[in-house]
Amino acid sequence: MKFADEFRDADIARALGKRIADEAGGKHWKVMEVCGGHTHTIFKYGIEDLLPSNVELVHGPGCPVCVIPMGRLDDGIALAKQPDIIFTCFGDLMRVPGSDGSLLDAKAAGADVRMVYSPLDSLKIARDNPDKKVIFYAIGFETTAPSTALTLMRAKAENLRNLFVFCNHVTIIPPMKAILDSPDLQLDGFLGPGHVSTVVGIRPYEFVTNTYKKPVVVVGFEPLDILQGVHMVIQQVLQGRCEVENQYTRVVHDDGNPKALEVLGRVFQLRTQFEWRGLGFISQSALELRDEFAEWDAEKVFTVPGLRVADPKACQCGEVLKGVLKPWECKVFGTACTPETPIGTCMVSSEGACAAYYNFGRYSRARERERVMGAGSAGNGSGNGNGAAPEKELKPIEVRAG
Amino acid sequence: MCLAIPARLVAYVDDDHQYGKVELGGVTRRINTSLLVGEDTTEPGEYVLVHVGFALSRVSEQEAAETLRILEEMGPAYTDELRQIRESEAMEAELVAASAGSNGGASA
Amino acid sequence: MTDADVTSASAATETPASASEAARGSGAAIKAASARIADPEQRVLERIAEIRKRKPHLREDAITMSHGAGGKASHTLITALFADVLSNPVLDQLGDQAVLPIPGVDNLGLAVTTDSFVVSPLFFPGGDIGELAINGTVNDLAVGGATPMGIAAAFILEEGVEVALVRRVVESLRAAADRAGVSVVTGDTKVVPRGKADKLFITTTGVGVVELPQRSSLARVRAGDAVLVSGAMGDHGATVMLARGDVDLEAETLRSDTMALHGLTKALLDAGIDVHFMRDATRGGVATVLNEIAQGAGVAVSMNEDSLPIHDAVRGVAEILGIEALYIANEGKLVAIVAAGDAQRALELMRSRPEGEEAAIIGKVLPEPEGMVFIETVFGGTRVVDMLQGDPLPRIC
Repeated sequence: MKFADEFRDADIARALGKRIADEAGGKHWKVMEVCGGHTHTIFKYGIEDLLPSNVELVHGPGCPVCVIPMGRLDDGIALAKQPDIIFTCFGDLMRVPGSDGSLLDAKAAGADVRMVYSPLDSLKIARDNPDKKVIFYAIGFETTAPSTALTLMRAKAENLRNLFVFCNHVTIIPPMKAILDSPDLQLDGFLGPGHVSTVVGIRPYEFVTNTYKKPVVVVGFEPLDILQGVHMVIQQVLQGRCEVENQYTRVVHDDGNPKALEVLGRVFQLRTQFEWRGLGFISQSALELRDEFAEWDAEKVFTVPGLRVADPKACQCGEVLKGVLKPWECKVFGTACTPETPIGTCMVSSEGACAAYYNFGRYSRARERERVMGAGSAGNGSGNGNGAAPEKELKPIEVRAG
Repeated sequence: MCLAIPARLVAYVDDDHQYGKVELGGVTRRINTSLLVGEDTTEPGEYVLVHVGFALSRVSEQEAAETLRILEEMGPAYTDELRQIRESEAMEAELVAASAGSNGGASA
Repeated sequence: MTDADVTSASAATETPASASEAARGSGAAIKAASARIADPEQRVLERIAEIRKRKPHLREDAITMSHGAGGKASHTLITALFADVLSNPVLDQLGDQAVLPIPGVDNLGLAVTTDSFVVSPLFFPGGDIGELAINGTVNDLAVGGATPMGIAAAFILEEGVEVALVRRVVESLRAAADRAGVSVVTGDTKVVPRGKADKLFITTTGVGVVELPQRSSLARVRAGDAVLVSGAMGDHGATVMLARGDVDLEAETLRSDTMALHGLTKALLDAGIDVHFMRDATRGGVATVLNEIAQGAGVAVSMNEDSLPIHDAVRGVAEILGIEALYIANEGKLVAIVAAGDAQRALELMRSRPEGEEAAIIGKVLPEPEGMVFIETVFGGTRVVDMLQGDPLPRIC
């Protein structure tokens, strides 16, 4: 088993989609996937095409690139432009626009900005360039933070003095709480973030079921995982249950990874508050380095401008993140705000709700038109026109003679 | 929210199992394996979940098989059941039509 | 939130005419579904389609690496700056090759193309910069149906680069030219100070003759045509990415696919196959070429994910780095749009030749939605495959 293709089976998907449609009945369901990785899977595989139109997936706040406020990005770019700096970050962050260009633009203007695959690559760059200062722009939720922690512990053990971390790690529970506290929220349940949960386990979500009475199902990242998760949420509601369930048992233990939690505790502490793009300031929602690691903390060693840049007024990302608005219902969607010129957080990374919809989702509408308008357009690859069959035609595209 | 993929642990590259080599589709990379302790202790040949150069956890083949079994039951098995119901309904309808026909009361 | 927002939000939730209801095919359901399509979402999507058709606008103050990646940024740079300033009827077609009239000859044209090569490292599994410089230019001629006649090569050398290395590159270039049956008939060399170039850069220009009217032409692409690719995707880009060493991945089986395709294109045309259009899928990958076709010919392209030929190692690299093989560069693969009736014959012919052993029919041309490329996923869903945004940067999230 390779734990990938097995969970992409179209036959099972079709049957499961049908079952969800049957069980969903006439009610309009809204299920939020918290995690940007899930959003990516949903669009990459066209999962929404397999769900009935009354089961709506709301794309939540869990994209670590999207939620970084513009001011923090500007801070990073300012650090990158200082002399004798090698600035490292994940590829995701390179194109995100700050108030005056992206890191890619800073690179073009002469800053030494390098993309890394792992925080450990930054450690290696620091070792190989003793006359330079290497600053790693750390982003990500609890999934990624242990990697930064272990890298810092390693740097301390080696007494490597030219590696610094600009810490922008965030935590998943506070934004979920912020969304749940919103008065206009209309969600039936959550798909919990699978990879965060490998670290934190499934217990931290119990407040969602206990206090807010919404079911949570922690799910994996293959398309069948997500369909099954949606089914499990619906089942909970129909059966009058409200629990934290674990669909992703192949990697998530109820208690998470104790070693990862331990290194998190050794290196990081909670910030009093942190600003989230689209959601505003949320208390205790981000991590900073403990004093023992002050010498590796870019915020303490370097001068960081720390200017706050307000979210653009026209932007309605907050409503989109809460599921109150669909991406296309935002006033600037697709016109002023596009993936090339994003205004708000949801358009910033390909995992953001709006960017994912803009890049991958639009066709499902045209496809629906194809299905409804009938077989008129000869041999469209997918819908079989008369639409009588509940199962979609999924055969490979036939290229017919003539 | 973070891209993590299952890859096969080929071997540990040091004695205290801090680093290992993983493989996917013939592509290999050295990764940090220091988080693979307790329940996540992994033997070479098993799969691990890799994120930014670190193995986050062991991928349990047993649990995966169990999830697939449930999916299988919910999926095609469910469809088969539906088909049977539909067939029996059709058969019933036929019988009804046939009996109605014999009574001479078939309507359009 | 303003009143207008409330209205649009509630309008959306009050029209739950489901797809399955529509699919039952009753007149009322079709009517309901049509009404739903005329809803605000559809209007937003139509507006986006309009905006996408507008001439791109170059916003950046400076060139970034995205402008060289072959995707959207490259297109914007070319259309908004170069093609705009240099505009003329031949250039405006933005083909792989320009076709110039030959005075006094009606049925033949002169095909010209040029390409620069700046790959780093210079040598990588399966090829090197010299071989690329020949094959890339030969292929740009070949996909237009032109027979390459001669190549011009210009070399920019960095001060300090070893002569032995230059010799090795030039010898490889010579060998590739011999294999492709063309000669380097003229050339140029320049030396720049250390640090002003990365060892060596090559620009090649190719000249050939092509029969007129050109058989491979965007104008001939029409709905119903089959879409073929001549082999597995992404080998070159993945190989070079790994050879650079930035991502610390290793793959013994991975090789660049650099090769000349003029034999293959000639065989297709000589066999009388009704080829409507061909383009080699280099930077930006097959996805970018298909987007160019969809936009250039005003059609849609639908691909079937199951049918895409991708080697395991490329699949592995793509999964690990979170990128898609469809966007990774090739140096010996072409996309062919063929009349549906000839698709099978084209496929068999491709597969019978070494350049096309792994060729596949990957999809078809649809009448609409105009300018869009999409994929029927292995999972039974659909997704849009847009042009590459910038570099295919590895992502972690």
